[in-house]
Amino acid sequence: MPTLTMLDTMLDVDAEGFLQKPEQWNEEIAAEIARENGIAELTDRHMQVVRYMRNRFLDTGSAPSIRSLGKESGVEIKELYKLFPKGPAKLAAKIGGIPKPKGCI
Amino acid sequence: MSATAVLPEATPETAVEPPRIEKVSIIVSKGSLEGIYPALIMANGARMEGIEANLFFTFFGMDAVVKAKQGKIRVATVGNPALGLPTLLGMIPGMPAFVTSQMQKKMETLDIPPIGEFVQMIADSGGKLYACKASVDMFDLKQSDFVDCVDSIITVGDFYEMAAGGEIIFT
Repeated sequence: MPTLTMLDTMLDVDAEGFLQKPEQWNEEIAAEIARENGIAELTDRHMQVVRYMRNRFLDTGSAPSIRSLGKESGVEIKELYKLFPKGPAKLAAKIGGIPKPKGCI
Repeated sequence: MSATAVLPEATPETAVEPPRIEKVSIIVSKGSLEGIYPALIMANGARMEGIEANLFFTFFGMDAVVKAKQGKIRVATVGNPALGLPTLLGMIPGMPAFVTSQMQKKMETLDIPPIGEFVQMIADSGGKLYACKASVDMFDLKQSDFVDCVDSIITVGDFYEMAAGGEIIFT
């Protein structure tokens, strides 16, 4: 498994940089991943989505679809795309330290 | 040239990544459930990857965005061999509605939204929706017959202009 050193921590990642072990994650790492992916500052709104994404994954073993993200995270689809223009579900998963979402929806 | 001409030495292959798709323009021409969903899934999927997405609704594909038709989209139960339903059974009144409702139940469990919600979701995610002028004229429609998220009625020429530099997908 490829690894990546970030903030002096060795992280297990996939080829695209998604963390493979959610327990290696913390909020400093989240901010660093966000910066590397074009989000200079993680706001509370970003973190609301990231935490929802992460908790859903930890609870159910899979990341939510963009539909449930829009309905249940407290941030609607339009705003999701404003916060994460390059793809909300994918990016929130990456910043949240969980594997890449597998669904098509 | 001698029979043993030496081919130019192969240059070491440099790993060049294929260019990323930045934009897709998807034409929706069919008005059955199975004709519409693939296009919507692909458009939504494009937005999820940060790819720009345009949807161009033409002919019966327009039903997906016509207010009076949007909620009445059915699976084709006749002339659809993959369904495995004999044509004579597919003809029975109520059969298209029954098969459609079965499929919708399954889709709901997979978190695939109904067409109206899906179309709105794509618009909210920044996808652009257009209706085809030729079809609009043919079916005597006007902008107010379409759901609000349809941006405008455009010509084929406008469509090509808008699609320039991206991929075009016909469904």
